[in-house]
Amino acid sequence: MVEYGDIRVVYRGGSKINFRKPVISNDSRFLLCASGESVKVFSSVTEECVHELRGHTGQVTGVLLRPSNHLQVYSCSTDGTVRLWDFTDGILVRTYVVGYPVYSIYASLNHKEVVFIVTPVQSDKRTELFQLVAVNLPQTPDQLVEARDLSAVLSDVSSNPSTIAFGRGGEYLASVNNLKMEIYFFKKNKSYSFSLREYTKNGGKNTFTCIACHPKDDCVATGHDDGKIRLWRNFKQKKEYTYSTLHWHHSAVSSLCFTPEGTNLLSGGVESVLVQWRYNQENQKDFLPRLGAAITHVTVSPDGALFSTSHSDNKITIIQSCVKVSAVIQGLVKGENVTTGLLVDPRSKALVLNGRPGHLQFYSLQRDKLLFHLDIVQQEYIHEAGLEQFEVVRAAFDASGLWLATVEERKQKSAELELNLKLWSFDEQTQSFVLNTTVSAPHEARITAMCFSQAADSQTTTLVSASRDGHFKAWQLGLPAHTDDEGPSWSCDFVGAYHGLVPRCCCFSADGSLLAVGFQEVVTVWNPTSWELLTTLSQPPGDVRNLCFGQLSCSKYLLGSNNKKMVCCWNLLTCSLEWSTSMDVSLLLVDSRSENMAAFCCQDGSTDLFVFKPSEPRPLFSQKAVCSGRVIHAVFTPREVMLESSEESSQWLNRSQLYFLTEFMDLLTFSTKAEEEKLMASSKQLVIDDTVAMTPFYLLLGKHRHEHLGNEESAERTPLPQSSVAIKELLQTPAHVLPATSFLCSMFAKSLLISVTETREENKHVDEEMESEKEEEDSDEEVETKISRPEQEAKGVQGGESTAPTLTKTQVRELRRVRKQDLSWITGLLDS
Amino acid sequence: MGEFKVHRIRFFNHMPSAIRVMAFNSHTERLVVARADGAVEIFNFADNYYQEKVIPGRDGKAVEALCWVGRRLFSAGLDGEITEYDLENLRPRNSMEAYGGPIWTISSNSQGTLLAAGCEDGTVKMFEVLEDRIQFQRNLSRQKGRIISLSWHPTGSQIAAGMLDMIKIFDAETGHATHRLLVERGLQRTSNSQEVVVWSVAFLSDHTIISGDSAGKVQIWDGITGTLVRTHLLTKWDVLVLAVSPDESSVIAGTSEGTVVQFQFISSTVDQQDKQWVRTRTFKSHSHDVRALVHTDTAVVSGGVDTQLVVRPLLDKVEKNTQESAMRKIIFPHRNLVSCAKKAGLLLFQFSDHLELWRLGESDGNGETRAHTRLTSNLRVGRFGEDNICCSALSPCGGWLAYATVSSVRLYRLQLDNNITPLVPLSRLQVSKLPKELNSVHQLSFSSDSSKLFASSILSSVIVASVKELECKYLHTFKPPSGEQPVHLLSPSEDGNWLATANTGGEIHVFDLHCSVPVCGSCPTAVSIHPFSCSLVSVHADQQIFEFSLKQKEFTAWSRKLQKQGMHPLWLQRDAPITRVTFNPNNPTHILLHDTSMFCIVDQILPLPEEKTRFYNQSVLQSLSLGERLRNSHAFKVYRNFQNLLCVDLMEDHSLVVVERPLLDIVSQLPAPVQQKKFAT
Repeated sequence: MVEYGDIRVVYRGGSKINFRKPVISNDSRFLLCASGESVKVFSSVTEECVHELRGHTGQVTGVLLRPSNHLQVYSCSTDGTVRLWDFTDGILVRTYVVGYPVYSIYASLNHKEVVFIVTPVQSDKRTELFQLVAVNLPQTPDQLVEARDLSAVLSDVSSNPSTIAFGRGGEYLASVNNLKMEIYFFKKNKSYSFSLREYTKNGGKNTFTCIACHPKDDCVATGHDDGKIRLWRNFKQKKEYTYSTLHWHHSAVSSLCFTPEGTNLLSGGVESVLVQWRYNQENQKDFLPRLGAAITHVTVSPDGALFSTSHSDNKITIIQSCVKVSAVIQGLVKGENVTTGLLVDPRSKALVLNGRPGHLQFYSLQRDKLLFHLDIVQQEYIHEAGLEQFEVVRAAFDASGLWLATVEERKQKSAELELNLKLWSFDEQTQSFVLNTTVSAPHEARITAMCFSQAADSQTTTLVSASRDGHFKAWQLGLPAHTDDEGPSWSCDFVGAYHGLVPRCCCFSADGSLLAVGFQEVVTVWNPTSWELLTTLSQPPGDVRNLCFGQLSCSKYLLGSNNKKMVCCWNLLTCSLEWSTSMDVSLLLVDSRSENMAAFCCQDGSTDLFVFKPSEPRPLFSQKAVCSGRVIHAVFTPREVMLESSEESSQWLNRSQLYFLTEFMDLLTFSTKAEEEKLMASSKQLVIDDTVAMTPFYLLLGKHRHEHLGNEESAERTPLPQSSVAIKELLQTPAHVLPATSFLCSMFAKSLLISVTETREENKHVDEEMESEKEEEDSDEEVETKISRPEQEAKGVQGGESTAPTLTKTQVRELRRVRKQDLSWITGLLDS
Repeated sequence: MGEFKVHRIRFFNHMPSAIRVMAFNSHTERLVVARADGAVEIFNFADNYYQEKVIPGRDGKAVEALCWVGRRLFSAGLDGEITEYDLENLRPRNSMEAYGGPIWTISSNSQGTLLAAGCEDGTVKMFEVLEDRIQFQRNLSRQKGRIISLSWHPTGSQIAAGMLDMIKIFDAETGHATHRLLVERGLQRTSNSQEVVVWSVAFLSDHTIISGDSAGKVQIWDGITGTLVRTHLLTKWDVLVLAVSPDESSVIAGTSEGTVVQFQFISSTVDQQDKQWVRTRTFKSHSHDVRALVHTDTAVVSGGVDTQLVVRPLLDKVEKNTQESAMRKIIFPHRNLVSCAKKAGLLLFQFSDHLELWRLGESDGNGETRAHTRLTSNLRVGRFGEDNICCSALSPCGGWLAYATVSSVRLYRLQLDNNITPLVPLSRLQVSKLPKELNSVHQLSFSSDSSKLFASSILSSVIVASVKELECKYLHTFKPPSGEQPVHLLSPSEDGNWLATANTGGEIHVFDLHCSVPVCGSCPTAVSIHPFSCSLVSVHADQQIFEFSLKQKEFTAWSRKLQKQGMHPLWLQRDAPITRVTFNPNNPTHILLHDTSMFCIVDQILPLPEEKTRFYNQSVLQSLSLGERLRNSHAFKVYRNFQNLLCVDLMEDHSLVVVERPLLDIVSQLPAPVQQKKFAT
């Protein structure tokens, strides 16, 4: 157990949901996908995340429905475990410890209680050799099971999960790797391998990329690097095998999938078009084009009603019968480069950064959901290699969230740099940003820094942009020059320069009364109202990298870091150096809610974090090796609810959270134990009856309804079918066709009468309900054994319950859940 | 080595004719190909796909269908006649009018007793195949509309006929139609009223009928119930031809797009027996319509409008990476269409309906390998009558020109005057009186002193006639002791003492000595007698080279050494036969050979190439020093600078005449192919 209040670095949100093939549940209501260290369960209708199955300590590398119980799911991870979950309730059923990193998982109906996993060849870890291993899962009721009964099936397989497939319900197994295909028949224990030449005569690349097996026929479809799909048949013979070729894709086929009946074959690739081939009539094919981004995985629900495609921009699209896109689950889009840095939208508290090309994405950290994309460039993005596009390179919000400034640029080899500064105002009616002003070529060279004055109460908002051309410019919202009905627009107010030096950074003080601009080695402080140079602060030589004004009580301090491993703190009242220390700070940022500042220092491959107050000599918190690699961007985000932590080291996290982005594009944050527990509790609360699609709105309404029901007589709890029909009839029939009131009265009374008798049998009903639910959940025997223990205790609780004042339905459910949860914990403890 | 002045000639507008129909005889392994100009060519698949026999066609007699009955070959065409060919004497044996209008198709039953012909008037006419002719037996019940395609059930009890919009199944006994299978009209083409033509049907032994039609469909029918089982839409255009493999496990279909699509009879799951026809591979080896297809046990043979014959082995049936598994394209004929008058510097080009005579110009190069040939004059000899020219010859002195059709021989006396201006045509005089023995000839040749004309005639005989001053006198007939196959090569020796002949049976005879060279299995593709050493050099279809000394009457030591060591594998992999052997008088140890893709000088004193030595080493050798060059060189000096060669010959002034026919020129003369959408165009 970790000590209370301990702070640890966690992946928070924004994890890849397109990493592995998602799984659609048998009833097509849920879509499960691996997401970082957890498995997310999405509702396929509402796109909401219903559960997050946490427990793995490594990257989850595969999700698989258990063939013998369609309400359970296996997940595998690089931490060397395979876990079995009940995904409807989000409960971990069992953990199988394999002991080797698992890269993908497969199972089939033919092989009971055996899963097939891909692990690295143990002999040497350097070479990228993988093997397919069958794991016998022991049938014990324990929570934590060692699964050591491994037997190798195929060697030299690829770690990519789409290169292995089971054919005809597990009769055979097909695997492709590079230029070789191997088909292994379990019954005869014999394998056939086929290989292709690397290049065809026309220069096409023959490398295999993916495989799919027909569910009924002996036909294997393989995708290739040159966009061809081959359908292999008759592969029982080494020589007489045959294949036909389908060619529509112009570049590599990334995923292939047969529909459950085998009537259609789906394929996808970089063209972002889902192609549906008729099996055996391959001339006829259907297309679903314009899916937004390159397709990485294609899956079909077990009933064939839903298709889902994963896309390279961290998106899962759910498609109804290859016609209509019914839902889009969008994760955080991670491009190659986040040039805008991390920003927080003051209004929605969403994280803002580069998303799709030419867009800014607004990402809700609390809900781990992409809110929307704001099209900045407003030009059609053309997918073509080597074509230079406009890119959003800088963005800034003002303090109130009313204004957004963006800079986009396009650098072409032969042409001059194209720059656009755009200012967007927030429109209350449409609740989105509307373009207010476009300044083309605001500077002559690349813009290095841009910031708004932070004062929330000031009448005029000022934007300062610093550029490599040696100037910084102040932009202000001016009144419309003409009497036309156009609103006010932004114009340049002041152009500043200092001895021809290049400004690298700029910063407004918290009250907006001072502007600090770092010109290479010199820090200049300006008065933003009169635009006079107040003072210059020089420091030991070295270009200024970061500049920050202190907040709140420390607002008299100005901090700066330079590239000569120095951090300096000036007192602005005395205009003298308060202190300086030798630290190679790559990133310096300030928390707007407190005096705290954070500094990231990059040292030999890993990054250290220091959190300090400018006025205090000792850091509040420091952690060595926060993550491997450099931290590129970081931001403090204000918390919605203040955390109350007494622990000194974690106090700095009370008001805001620190998010940072590493060079591997991982979004990380710090979390305290208290916070995690709170999160766990809230996630449990979120678990509600999922017969109805769950939205926050529904949550609100549902709670209200339940409360309402609770206030009424308990008779309403389990209304008899006929009575409900009577009332429904009463309420729904139009008034002009209703019978006489006297007639209705007796009917209504009768319905009430019957319900009174019902209250006596209430206990029995609760019991029955539970019983039935349990059966539904635990159709498998070994689960039953586990649940049998809580059963006895539950009876005891029920006995008390029957005499107590009646509980509302929600309360009962809540209780039951808590009970289940607690007991599984206990069993776990007992077993260990 | 040797340096030559080269006349590089590219103005021979040889245009091969489109392939119309093919038939394969699996017993003799002979493929017969009929071209659009009526010529019928026979390829021996057992002997390296050598083109053994060519029967020239006639004007207005296009072959529409071919059929082997045992070893007999029948053809039918739109002139309404059924013709049987005399394969020994390379001419039609007899023709019979079917009296049903143009004949679209003929097909024999598997027993070889009956021949069915589908006619324009809607009748299927049955002919009885007799010993020496065919005899009309009866008509099957007459239909409306022409019969396009026919296929017998292997038992011979039923016959399926493809017509317009339908397929009819006839009972062969009663002659009544038992089923009528309606073929859907075009799915994709706009005009729905356009009737669909069933271009090809195949009747399998399990009563499955497969049809290919003009709507681009291949349909599989149940012949017992007459129901449609499956439709495969292959193309927007026509499916022109179908072919079934001998074991009926595979069917191929040729389309107008130039593709050949294979269908295989495969069980859907491994252990089960129920099989179905599944579309598998697609071969794209043609640019134009595939009009003719043959499915042998191991290969797909296709031909079409682009005039190429393509043999594509099925890789699942042959051993991989062997000579058998290589794809072959046969574009040019395996015989000489060019004759050179060595002394006079004249060239004779043979076309199917005329001859062209050209005089070599003075080459203005100075020892360079690429000198220009200037045209000084040309002469066009129109042919006489309707028959196409089958062979031609030019005497070495340039004074005589002879050509032959199937039925007649013409001899001309050319009066050459070197001083006349290029514009004045050469005068020619036809020798009107020819000896009557010279009537059916398949190869002509003049002796080196231009005094004698040799002509191969019926029954492997060679007729010798003397030619002198507008007079031609029959001298003698050489009869070989054995053999009935036609003589396809004639090679008189330089000193006039010997005449070497080779026939398609693989025998080589040398007359005036009456000596026979031991027969080797493969058919000779070129023979020649060395002018000094009096040895006979023969090159065979399996790429072997023999040298036979006529004095000792045995193979020479060099030849034995070559046989002992074996040819280099790269030499054996070439797919075109050597069509001419010549000698260099300056350097008696050199033998000049050429095929369509290369020209080779065999130096008999240099060591023979080992299996591991680099075979095509001429470009490497040129960069080496003299000593290295001597050490690395071997007997076979192959020059591949010239491509698509039709003739390489050495003139008297030691200049080399190279006649090329670039493939692009042929392609540019073909009709436009069907329009196809290609990606990114």
